[in-house]
Amino acid sequence: MSDTPNNKSLFADETIDGQIATLNLGPTHPATHGIFQNVLTVDGEKILDSVQTVGYIHRAFEKLAERRPYNQITPITDRLNYCSSPINNMGWEMTMEKLIGVQVPKKVDYMRVIIMELARIADHLVCNSVIGVDTGALTGFTYMFQQREAIYELYEEVCGARLTTNIGRIGGFERDFSPTFHVKLKKFLKEFNKHFQEFDDLLLRNRIFMDRTIKAGPISAERALDYGFTGPNLRAAGVDYDVRVMTPYSSYEDFDFDIPVGTQGDTYDRFCVRQEEVRQSLRIIEQAYTNMPEGKHFSPDVPEFYLPPKADVYTKMEALIYHFKIVMGETPVPVGEVYHAVEGGNGELGFHLISDGGRTPYRLQFRRPCFIYYQAYPEMIKGQTISDAVLTLSSLNVIAGELDA
Amino acid sequence: MSNLTNEAVLSRIQEKFGEAVRNSEEPYGMLTIEIDAAKAHDLIKWLKADEVLKVTFLTLIGGAHFPNDKGREICVNYHLYSLVNNVRLRVRAFLPIENPTIQSVTDIYVGADWQERESYDFFGIIFEGHPNLTRILNEDDMDYFPMRKEYHLEDATREDKDDRFFGR
Repeated sequence: MSDTPNNKSLFADETIDGQIATLNLGPTHPATHGIFQNVLTVDGEKILDSVQTVGYIHRAFEKLAERRPYNQITPITDRLNYCSSPINNMGWEMTMEKLIGVQVPKKVDYMRVIIMELARIADHLVCNSVIGVDTGALTGFTYMFQQREAIYELYEEVCGARLTTNIGRIGGFERDFSPTFHVKLKKFLKEFNKHFQEFDDLLLRNRIFMDRTIKAGPISAERALDYGFTGPNLRAAGVDYDVRVMTPYSSYEDFDFDIPVGTQGDTYDRFCVRQEEVRQSLRIIEQAYTNMPEGKHFSPDVPEFYLPPKADVYTKMEALIYHFKIVMGETPVPVGEVYHAVEGGNGELGFHLISDGGRTPYRLQFRRPCFIYYQAYPEMIKGQTISDAVLTLSSLNVIAGELDA
Repeated sequence: MSNLTNEAVLSRIQEKFGEAVRNSEEPYGMLTIEIDAAKAHDLIKWLKADEVLKVTFLTLIGGAHFPNDKGREICVNYHLYSLVNNVRLRVRAFLPIENPTIQSVTDIYVGADWQERESYDFFGIIFEGHPNLTRILNEDDMDYFPMRKEYHLEDATREDKDDRFFGR
């Protein structure tokens, strides 16, 4: 910069390098992909420190849940990580099944696995394509959203909803997979890989992309564990912890799949781990779909939790009684305490439920992976540039709904 | 993966902490240990360092409120996990509502930071030694702890709805 008198008067004694500025990244900022605030202290482009403010979309789910009958809590869980609602829904249903001690038919397990893995693919696609967007590659994003659309159409076939799915019931599914679902799933399985490979080719070994993401927002395995990281972000740091393997639920032990791990824990590794997980999820879906057992799509053992079909309610007395009991919340529930964890899109999604036998939970707490690992963000971006901070944020896949509950 | 059973975990903890272990149970297969509030920090620290148990992962911290349990109204739950042994356990301590104070575990697990702030925010549990114990999800000038049972979701003065039929 030239030494004009004007410049000198602006920056009296300091040089440009020595100036510390405060910068708001959020609450509503395109880079946060959600509503939360980061106040960065920057020296030029370099981040010296940052402070997070969360809670902008806190909806008191844990308090709400204390007044809702058990079957009405599923829609609440939709709104945690809304990129993969079905995993949350089924996690909650499995928690309830654990509490009331019901064994669902094998077919339900397999159906759930298919839906949950589709949800994981959708979640990872969003995250990875957004990393692309934040590095300046919008093309991959549009390609992958086409595939996400295909997954949403599959949800639609199963439950009628797309984003906040409220899929399934305590004890199984409200209906079996429809013929259209089978057609669409087969089409998806056949075509997805081709499109995904295209996306992979676009970014994975792209020199610009690699230069931007390697060493952006790294975290070591020790620190990640200390912070309570789980899911892809922990695996990118090199720890092969996956709830699906360590404490299998919903018959995950039947399937053959690999757990990809990274080494550096940086944005690039997180990207790679998610890419590989999508492929593994696809493998699981294929196995579950080909080996789908015969049987019922719900557990007949829990009529007092599983809403009967409407046609039966009007014509059969028993169905009417159960319908009434469920809607009025007259169903007895065992007194007990249960913790159930599933592998959500971002990591271990846990449900800690204390039941006193009443119609609603006495206390329900969600272990939201986002909330727990987002506190590591200041440490991860310290000393990095603002553009790296944006990438780190999108590669952590912080979902505001899950962050704030 | 070792075959560490809940009994083995419990007996090892009892050996070390003896009387401080007030109670233990296994609801749905998860070992739950009630410990003296004063000893909770020591137990979690010891569990992390122990050669055999290797409970090195903090899964979740959460509160609960039991207003009818006099002198032990506030409950703090620590869900811990031994990644090496694949054993989960729950450590809990009860605190009186007049002075719900317990030592912070932020010096053992950094990840406890926000979780303790959340428990403070909703239940008013004071974690001593926490670097920045302020509200996290609710607004700063809130003057009550909303997850406590005395705060109802609905208007408590409402008379047209009978709680016997519509639950809490």
